[in-house]
Amino acid sequence: MGAYLAFKETWRSRGRFLLVSLLVALLTALVLFIAGLAEGLGRGNIEYLSNLDADLIAYQAEAQILIAASRLPRGTLQDIERVPGVKAAGPIEFSRVSIILPGTTPQGQPRKPLDVSLIQVEPGRPGEPPVRFGRQLQNRRGKEAIIDSLVARRAGLSVGDEFTIRSLQGTREEFYTLRVVGITTSQQYAIQPSIIVPLLTGDQIKPKPVVEDRPSSDISSNIIAIKLDLPEDPAEARAFRELMKRRLESQVKKIQVVDIRTAYENTPGYSAQKGTLDTQRYFALVIGVLVLGGFFQIQALQKVAQIGVLKAIGTPNRAIIAASLVQITTVTAFGVFIGTVITLSLALALPVGVPIVFAPQTVFIALVSLLLIGPLGGLLSIRYSVSVEPLTALGLAQ
Amino acid sequence: MGIALEVRNVTKIYGSGENAVVAVNDVSFSVAEGEFVALVGPSGSGKTTLLAMLAGLLYPTQGNIYIDGQDLAKMDDAQRTAFRRQRIGFTFQANNLMPYLTARENVELMMRLNGGCKSECSRMAVELLTRLGLGHRLNNLPRQLSGGEQQRVAIARALIHNPTLVLADEPTASLDTERAYQVVETFADLIHGHRRAGIMVTHDLRMCIYVDRVIQMQDGRIVRILSQRDEIDELASAKRQRTKTTAVAEVTAASSAPDGQFPR
Repeated sequence: MGAYLAFKETWRSRGRFLLVSLLVALLTALVLFIAGLAEGLGRGNIEYLSNLDADLIAYQAEAQILIAASRLPRGTLQDIERVPGVKAAGPIEFSRVSIILPGTTPQGQPRKPLDVSLIQVEPGRPGEPPVRFGRQLQNRRGKEAIIDSLVARRAGLSVGDEFTIRSLQGTREEFYTLRVVGITTSQQYAIQPSIIVPLLTGDQIKPKPVVEDRPSSDISSNIIAIKLDLPEDPAEARAFRELMKRRLESQVKKIQVVDIRTAYENTPGYSAQKGTLDTQRYFALVIGVLVLGGFFQIQALQKVAQIGVLKAIGTPNRAIIAASLVQITTVTAFGVFIGTVITLSLALALPVGVPIVFAPQTVFIALVSLLLIGPLGGLLSIRYSVSVEPLTALGLAQ
Repeated sequence: MGIALEVRNVTKIYGSGENAVVAVNDVSFSVAEGEFVALVGPSGSGKTTLLAMLAGLLYPTQGNIYIDGQDLAKMDDAQRTAFRRQRIGFTFQANNLMPYLTARENVELMMRLNGGCKSECSRMAVELLTRLGLGHRLNNLPRQLSGGEQQRVAIARALIHNPTLVLADEPTASLDTERAYQVVETFADLIHGHRRAGIMVTHDLRMCIYVDRVIQMQDGRIVRILSQRDEIDELASAKRQRTKTTAVAEVTAASSAPDGQFPR
């Protein structure tokens, strides 16, 4: 009965309800874009770290879990490897360089260099991401690189291609040529796609404020990725990780060891950025609750006489509640559907590189939240409808 | 003729102590099957409060109301709601119809409330509306109907589920004289034809020419019951003549409210 009344009213007043659905659609687009932006920017910042095939990460003790502030000498790597329970360890060094893109723009101008994160790793050790195409790094001093699929798309590179890197050495710009040996995915760092090179090769390429005449023989790194001999049982594995953190910090001097999650949550800007975007998303949802709540409350106020008559002729409260709920849910669901279609259509038209990612889980959570705002906003109007006295029909209740 | 409605010593008091207002004071009467009764009286005489108690919308402070032999006082709220939709038909002064349902759907509504509307229910609704002269208006929304047509749809809705008692609250209040007569005449025909008990609250004594009995209330009490045809016709025609002769007198009467005449 409730559904019958709801659908009849919604259909016969479809213009009015369509406007509300469009409002929900706009809110849906807003929430989904903010969620996509949060996901995209978040991934751009931490993708490499969060996908790292390692269990723990070691930082310099005084670095306060900041990669840029952390410097670990080669000796620390060897000390870590000697701790029982450590399966493998790999040094990782981060910096930024630019890839010179061949060709010109349609206007005849040279193409703008592509800024990338240069990630130095030891071939075959934790830190080197698995490739989707091509092969892993083989030579510690080879002029070779694994590139992120975003770099491949934006620079038009594929396996076997050579590319040129521009890097500032002191006050001079230097150019280095590398060959693409493999293509990996989802390895952005610091909102930039990355190229992964052997540690020793990268040490020559990475920008330096001062060029030394005799390069230091001790190659240091920002962090060390540690892989453990983890037990298979998840609970035991968690306990073992905790034990190894303490053991490593006590047996290796001047390091702080954290798990992967702690590492990427401490990436500069990540938490603040995520917090800001999440706040915007929650605000959009709250606005949705208030707007829908206001609309349905006004509608309930306008329908007091009708509700009074319905009750007077014997309509039970459950039918009144069902009618309101079905109507609110239908209008909201239709709006969310339209909004999702609009958002995904617009997303397809976005240029490569715009940091908006619609991860299934994020989109699902956003859509469920949006579907809930209707009933949540309508609660007040439903409560009000239930409280309408059937005597209203006779003009005996105010 | 069986008794459809019996009202025994019903009193309704609003508030308590010094603020107590007696709206209905020790009222007793009964209505038989197929009998159409008019409840008349000036504003504040307690007729709408009485109607609300007859419909199970208000609890009497004292006394009992029996419909089909069932005591409304012994029912809880849910039972009263169910009783209303099964055994009582209702028309109201205004806002009678759901604006988003067509004439036919508004009539079918009572059947849907009582367990569903299959092809039989739809056929009954169409038949009843056609009998009320609305066969060409079945799929019109209320806003596309005149006031009189809307009231006739409401009457059809009040009767479609074969209730024991049909209650009408000022059914002619928003109608012109000619339509008012048409509506009440139709109502009376259906009450008599379907052998239902009907009670109509009205200010308009002219409408009493179609009823079988007139119960006149004042200050919460029944002050007069007219059941003889000539008495009722005299009351109705006196009002009718007054309406025709002098509108000025009507205004004067409104302030003095003489016996038997209750101008709005």
